[in-house]
Amino acid sequence: MALQEKLTKTAALTGNEAAAQAMRQIHPDVVAAYPITPQTEIVQLYSTFVNDGIVHTEYVAVESEHSALSATIGAAAAGARSMTATSSNGLAYMWEMLYIAAGLRLPIVMPVVNRALSGPINIHCDHSDTMGARDAGWIQIYSENAQEMYDNLIQAVRIAENPDIMLPVMVTMDGFIISHGMENVELLPDRAVEEFIGEYRYPYALLDIENPRTIGPLTLQDFYFEHKRAQADAVVKAKTVILKVGEEYGQLTDRSYELIESYRMEDAEYALVVLGSTAGTAKYVIDELRQDGEKYGLVKIRVCRPFPAVRLGEVLSRVTAVGVMDRADSFSGEGGPIFAEVRAALYGVSHRPHCINYIYGLGGRDIGPDLIRSAALDIKSLKDGSESDSLVRYLGVRE
Amino acid sequence: MTNMLEIRWHGRGGQGAKTAALLLAEAAAAAGKHVQAFPEYGPERMGAPVVSYNRISDTPITLHSAVLSPGYVAVLDPTFIGSIDFTAGMPENGALLVNTDTPALQLRERLGLQNDSIKVYTIDATGISEANIGRPIPNTSMLGAMVAVAQVMELDDLLQDTERRLEKKFHDRPRLIQGNLAAITQAYKEVECR
Amino acid sequence: MTESSQTKNLLKDHVIIDKAIEPNAGWRDLPIGAVIPKGGTSRQFTTGDWRTIRPVWSPEKCIHCHRCWLYCPDMCWVSEDKKIQGVDLTNCKGCGICANVCPTKVHAIEMHPEDTKTEHTAGED
Ligand code: SF4
Ligand code: SF4
Repeated sequence: MALQEKLTKTAALTGNEAAAQAMRQIHPDVVAAYPITPQTEIVQLYSTFVNDGIVHTEYVAVESEHSALSATIGAAAAGARSMTATSSNGLAYMWEMLYIAAGLRLPIVMPVVNRALSGPINIHCDHSDTMGARDAGWIQIYSENAQEMYDNLIQAVRIAENPDIMLPVMVTMDGFIISHGMENVELLPDRAVEEFIGEYRYPYALLDIENPRTIGPLTLQDFYFEHKRAQADAVVKAKTVILKVGEEYGQLTDRSYELIESYRMEDAEYALVVLGSTAGTAKYVIDELRQDGEKYGLVKIRVCRPFPAVRLGEVLSRVTAVGVMDRADSFSGEGGPIFAEVRAALYGVSHRPHCINYIYGLGGRDIGPDLIRSAALDIKSLKDGSESDSLVRYLGVRE
Repeated sequence: MTNMLEIRWHGRGGQGAKTAALLLAEAAAAAGKHVQAFPEYGPERMGAPVVSYNRISDTPITLHSAVLSPGYVAVLDPTFIGSIDFTAGMPENGALLVNTDTPALQLRERLGLQNDSIKVYTIDATGISEANIGRPIPNTSMLGAMVAVAQVMELDDLLQDTERRLEKKFHDRPRLIQGNLAAITQAYKEVECR
Repeated sequence: MTESSQTKNLLKDHVIIDKAIEPNAGWRDLPIGAVIPKGGTSRQFTTGDWRTIRPVWSPEKCIHCHRCWLYCPDMCWVSEDKKIQGVDLTNCKGCGICANVCPTKVHAIEMHPEDTKTEHTAGED
């Protein structure tokens, strides 16, 4: 297939192709997946690699996403490096198994192509799918573009399988905008990825027949709490591991990664907080505003779980006002999920900036520079006392 | 930012508007450019109007929004004339490239273009494809014409990259490869402006 | 993926807990993911206190067909030299399966309420 041709160092790839290439290089022992737009291409390409003998993965074509993650969990517990991929309602259908994968501490890596949840039915991008799954115990990494999707997937393996972490990781990219958009992507040589991720080391492999074990037993009032406490500890430790892996990846590629990315924040008076592909468009707007002499900066949340509250507090406590952009509503009546968490992160800082929420782009509604610029300028109007106004604004919706 | 090309392709489902954008992006990337190619996804039906886009730049592109004011617009199917406003959002001095055997001046009149600053280019891409490849698939001819119109890259670079790409796909059909390269070259050279 | 000496070596960064889990173990001392790291741990879990009726065995009637031994879900029946020696009630739940599978004509096992003292049980409960 055409993809094999493109294995030069730099290639023009769609986000889905970049994800499939990362998976090919990760070369998991087992992939169990079910197709769903806009993720289909990832697993379709991967099944082609299997069919063509390019990878030696056991590919399990299942009949639903619930089964896809169940089979992946089983394979991971058996001692195999295992992956799956999904989107939107597929992720929703995995719900029960998401918590089980995390609770059993199985280091599964899963690309998720962000797509709005039904209904009404929609196939385009918003973050309602993964935002809903943010408390399932998975590490969540959001990608701005195809390059980041590729980079994040490779790093995710190291993060997930770190002995102190042992948690599943979902790596997301925006549906269609990134998944179906072609961009320049720099690919590492296969060997470099192989060396970077190392061998899968699950300490309690079920298929270790000399050491019989039970995985997934019943724990009640006696042990459940202790296991959840340990899980919470792993999430906290993940912050350090993610930074370490991001730095090491930077030595390999000149692209290092942190929990957040600060863009022109040094002397910023106003800031936008964004995740996903919109961060790229927002950078363009920040550059324009800077040219006009306006002191704007941007904070991109790359890792949403664990939530980088301390880092956000440090960076945002220096500004006057913050606009938090959410591509999902939490339907709490108090704005989107990221807004709530950013505000919570700011509660403890000595200088607390004004904070306002922009919910945008639901169901794939285009978010261009003009809209972002209007939101950015809107932030300036925030001053003491404006907390009494509605702090939740819908950007780009028809009134 | 300033040197960024934005291109919109109009075609019909199955005609290769998406492929043309992807081919251009791949060729431009191979020539060292920063690229984007993305289709506008609606209901996908054979024959239904489809749109796809390119951004091409010498510096990294961070924009991830729709192309609203493309400097260049390519129309793969002459039967659209009169039914779709190709010039929607086009800025001053934009360029419109249409696959048609109608001379550019005549097309300009037929389109009734209000904006005098928009340049109109025509190329008989279907005819060129038929003559060189033996099939009325206009996308490689349109690619050649667009590279000339928007001055995306040198013709030689485009031919080299396209040849390399087609060789992997059609290594057993050298005539098809040569035909496509000839179509690109002819379209690149013959594209007419008014 | 069995633990050959090589993969064992690769696991060195993992804290592998394979000792029995203490009932009062703190969260740091448990294997991750609630894994039970050893086989046969149900032996530590005595189910004998669930019992309200107990099997009473008549050795003189027994034909040593071993059906009780085979069917008992808690492996309570003790066999030596192909002969049933009696029942160890430590884990006997009083389910009555043994009495049920003992051949009807033989009828070597009867279920009696727990509060009646009966002889002929080999093990101590
Ligand atoms: S009553 Fe049930 S548990 Fe007890 S010895 Fe008989 S079969 Fe076993
Ligand atoms: S089933 Fe009855 S006869 Fe058979 S071994 Fe047990 S007690 Fe004896």
